Amino acid sequence: MAVLKAGSRLKSAVCSSELMVVVAPEGDVDLTCGGAPVIELTADAAGGDVDPDHKTGTQMGKRYTNEAGDIEILCTKPGEGSLAVGGTALEIKGAKPLPSSD
Amino acid sequence: MNLMMLLEMAAGAFGDRVAFQNGDDRLTYQQLFDASGALAAELSDGRTQHLAMLDESSLALPVAVFGASWAGVPFAPLNYRLTDPELDSLLSQLQPGRLVTEPGRLARLGDKIDGAEDGHYVSVHTTGDLLAVARAEGASAREEPWSMDMDDTAILLFTSGTTGAPKAAVLRQKHLVSYVLGSVEFMGADENDASLSCVPPYHIAGMAGIVSAVYSGRRVIQMPSFTAPSWIETARRENVSHAMVVPTMLSRIVDELEGEKDAGMPALRNLAYGGGKMPQSVIEKAMELFPGTSFTNAYGLTETSSTISLLGPDDHRDAMSSDDPDIRRRIVSVGQPLPTIEVGIRDVDTEEALPAGERGLIFVRGEQVSGEYRGKGSLLDDEGWFNTRDGGYLDDGGYLFLEGRMDDVIVRGGENMSPGEIEDVLLTHESVADACAIGVPDEQWGEAVAAVIVLKQGKDASASELQQWVKDRLRSSRTPERIDFWDELPYNETGKLLRRKVREAMRGGE
Repeated sequence: MAVLKAGSRLKSAVCSSELMVVVAPEGDVDLTCGGAPVIELTADAAGGDVDPDHKTGTQMGKRYTNEAGDIEILCTKPGEGSLAVGGTALEIKGAKPLPSSD
Repeated sequence: MNLMMLLEMAAGAFGDRVAFQNGDDRLTYQQLFDASGALAAELSDGRTQHLAMLDESSLALPVAVFGASWAGVPFAPLNYRLTDPELDSLLSQLQPGRLVTEPGRLARLGDKIDGAEDGHYVSVHTTGDLLAVARAEGASAREEPWSMDMDDTAILLFTSGTTGAPKAAVLRQKHLVSYVLGSVEFMGADENDASLSCVPPYHIAGMAGIVSAVYSGRRVIQMPSFTAPSWIETARRENVSHAMVVPTMLSRIVDELEGEKDAGMPALRNLAYGGGKMPQSVIEKAMELFPGTSFTNAYGLTETSSTISLLGPDDHRDAMSSDDPDIRRRIVSVGQPLPTIEVGIRDVDTEEALPAGERGLIFVRGEQVSGEYRGKGSLLDDEGWFNTRDGGYLDDGGYLFLEGRMDDVIVRGGENMSPGEIEDVLLTHESVADACAIGVPDEQWGEAVAAVIVLKQGKDASASELQQWVKDRLRSSRTPERIDFWDELPYNETGKLLRRKVREAMRGGE
């Protein structure tokens, strides 16, 4: 469990996923990637295997959110593990691509 | 959050793609990343607190934008059309800092600035020297990573100052990164996509274009000085797929293509326009000349980190093919707010929310909205709303129609009148090419309505005929009491009508 801060960078402890917090929920949150709690980008990963139940992967440039919409995580580097909060998988934030305006 | 993170993602995912191209010179995404790191190292001297660039677009421009973000130094692109005295006041707000400029300007400013004993300036370089330092073989990147503090200032942009002295809008990392994440799909561009950039760096669309392009993975072809023939030639030669122009540019392009069956640019998929009011005749003609091109009209302000509302390609087609006048009218709207933006219309005097169809002040809210000027703090209200000072209304479908700056509102006998409303009526007259309505001092009413008309070539209309034209369509209080005829109206180089100049001339002539 950790308190997230918008703008901070995280990574998976068990795969190559790198993340940035876009929207942080209030209070402690149990954010996992590949089934293991995420760690600071600069921290050393203890290693381990990706949990088969959390193995749909992260896609670069996609934003992941929950149903309540109070958390949003940007994938800045892809990996095998997938994101979850409290065991519930986060979904890709579906957004219709906008036409380029600049 | 930091713009550098967006570039890092781009360099990681498609580092070999060309990012920026100027003439024959190019930077790939990886080279742009490396050069930004080297510039960041150069800027991290413990003294440099601003990086100002006074020059046209060049490959040094994206390096400066990202290198400054890496170093945590605000980047300020300055208007190179300003005179030296006008620049003095801007430069005094950017100290201690570094100035990058073209050799001619450096020769004039250099003596005053470089090595100045008061130490206000760290140094002055030419743009070419800056780029050479950043690209030097063996140059190493700044060792420390960029800050992820989202409140760091990324860009300082002096607003064009159509009223009053220029002031610096503060765009923080969170505003620009939110804008990109909310409106651009990462790597959304095809490998062969190319966008033609002719908006000057000191315009918000120029800055937004750089950061958006990087995230989408597009190749940006820089065109430092716009002419219609060279725009057309470059678009054809480079198979340009995307471009953004201001209304005066599109108007010149359309004129230049006069007599041709179509524009001859089959690769051009998306043409975006914004930055001022597009005459309906120009966009209609453009849609004929570019049959395979999708059009997008964007509305945004410096203070909102560029685009907040879009009239997309489908909206253009629907409007043009509809028999319903309410839908057809949407061709002159700025479309609907981005999904990440809220727009509200409020009463000019009470600031109470107004329903659809009623004219008032446009308020906006969203993560990308800065609404902050240096030294003046944030102008957002307690709930995060920013008063754009633009007037307008929303139709029943949520389409936003602009009616000009509320600072330009004419107040006659306590009645607020939008110049845009009067101009729109004048522009529907078959002899009128362009129109500007302003308030002139009036003893009885406080202000009276006056209008300056540019007639179409070979057409004629008298002042009384035009007065009657307005009177038949609007309330009589909105009828111009004075009409002058000019050969052309004054616009700035990005297509903004300079009402101040019209007002000065009309008031001076009394």
